[in-house]
Amino acid sequence: MATTEPDILDIEAIRADFPILEREFGDQQLVYLDNAATTQTPDQVIDTIADYYREMNANVHRGLHQLSQEASIAYEEAHDRVAEFIGAGGREEVIFTKNTTESMNTVAYAWGLNELGPGDEVVLTEMEHHASLVTWQQIAKRTGAEVKYIRIDEDGRLDMDHARELITDDTEMVSVVHVSNVLGTINPVEELADIAHDHDSYIFVDGAQAVPNRPVDVEAIDADFYAFSGHKMCGPTGIGVLYGKQHILEEMEPYLYGGDMITKVTFEDATWNELPWKYEAGTPIIAGGIALAEAADYLDDIGMENVERHENELAQYALDRFAEFDDIEVFGPPAGEHRGGLVSFNVEGVHAHDLSEILNDYAVAVRAGDHCTQPLHDKLGVAATARASFYIYNTKSEIDTLVEALDDARQLFA
Amino acid sequence: MGIGGSDMYRQQILDHYKNPRNYGEIEEPTFTHVGENPMCGDTIEMDVVLDDDESTIEGVAFRGDGCAISQAAASMLSEELQGMETDVLEEMDRDDIIDMLGVDISPMRVKCAVLAEKVAQDGLEIYLGEKDLDMTTTEEDD
Ligand SMILES: Cc1ncc(COP(=O)(O)O)c(C=O)c1O
Repeated sequence: MATTEPDILDIEAIRADFPILEREFGDQQLVYLDNAATTQTPDQVIDTIADYYREMNANVHRGLHQLSQEASIAYEEAHDRVAEFIGAGGREEVIFTKNTTESMNTVAYAWGLNELGPGDEVVLTEMEHHASLVTWQQIAKRTGAEVKYIRIDEDGRLDMDHARELITDDTEMVSVVHVSNVLGTINPVEELADIAHDHDSYIFVDGAQAVPNRPVDVEAIDADFYAFSGHKMCGPTGIGVLYGKQHILEEMEPYLYGGDMITKVTFEDATWNELPWKYEAGTPIIAGGIALAEAADYLDDIGMENVERHENELAQYALDRFAEFDDIEVFGPPAGEHRGGLVSFNVEGVHAHDLSEILNDYAVAVRAGDHCTQPLHDKLGVAATARASFYIYNTKSEIDTLVEALDDARQLFA
Repeated sequence: MGIGGSDMYRQQILDHYKNPRNYGEIEEPTFTHVGENPMCGDTIEMDVVLDDDESTIEGVAFRGDGCAISQAAASMLSEELQGMETDVLEEMDRDDIIDMLGVDISPMRVKCAVLAEKVAQDGLEIYLGEKDLDMTTTEEDD
């Protein structure tokens, strides 16, 4: 529940690291509540990118010259750092991709297209992001496999009895979102992994909304694959991660072919480079990888347990404030239940897009729409929701500003 | 001031949104057509009556659901269309709609604004056999 205790984080100090938060529109200071879409970037990460280009820029794995060596080492070590951040065994298990979506597609193409066929089943949840839902849907169409969806209950939790019913020996892949980007629900991924493994199925966990916001240990979850994006955790856009268990990555075919991912090539054939490079074809986003490692450092300095508590506290506070108004409908687990740092809502009589546009006049940035979860919105019976999503630099007083701005929108449409 | 915002919701738009004109159905319309804007989940269904030589619009009614911009645009367009020559309708474009609305529409919302116009145009073209389409969607940017 929301409390009046002092904040766990030193918000002032954190905010000072994020220059963009000082932006003003008109005479209003930016209130950035769209962190589930993308988070802002601290000076430390911005400097890392600038320093890389100022001092180290070269292609990796290709040159024997000093710059290339430095860039290669920094880029490789970034994999080690990220592995440590999520509890992976080592760099072999950490593939740098463009984003969560590409991580998902890597497995869908490299494994799904080759291994799935008629009679096989892929089990998703009704709260999947399009990144996983559309991807598996299309792979299923191409392979003849079938997709099934674990139901959610009226509070936006997974129906675990239904999960146990759907996951059978025909299941080859269970692909679930760790924390819902709409409902804020934290799914019991450890339990789902157990069920999947009992039936010799793989489990892919979409951690796009989890890794930025709570401590994540992929080995404790026993995930076979795990994906997330750098731009939702203080990193830059263009860098994402695919974690995979080493023995699976060794067996799996690469998804992209080209330079860097090979050891030996003849006119007839080629052999693949060692992990993780086997899955990183072509020149990667080197500065982005190094900056992601810096973002991990930044977050670890704050402490992921603290981030998690702060986010939950803000979400609970928002739920409490929204509960003061009869015309605000919120989605996801009820107040008091631990959740991710976001709240999706609607104000009766005001379309979410109109709402978002009016909030923009108060320099309050929220997202409105279906948040890449159209089937979930169909299930919720709404075309769109507005979503306020929080991060380490947000405060309760910013939520108060949001609530005041909502009141004005309400007046306008009354 | 914001970057688009409540200016966009000037009295006229809010008035049309809250009290839509020509809302409902027409019995035996010349044609009926439906469209949606998947981004906002806006829908518009429009009934149109043409005169005997099919050159002039005699009646319009619409039903719909969605954001203020899409619904107000449909309401205002339904008034404009009464008595309009069909070739004028065919020539209409997004600038005409933005002029009609009388406010700046942020780029993300243009699709909402033009939904009704596209429904009317597509409905007419389908009726005249110039186009084959079940439903209009404002997916493409135009
Ligand atoms: C749960 C979830 N999965 C996947 C994604 C896709 O992330 P990206 O666009 O970085 O690939 C997002 C973010 O939009 C998300 O919230």
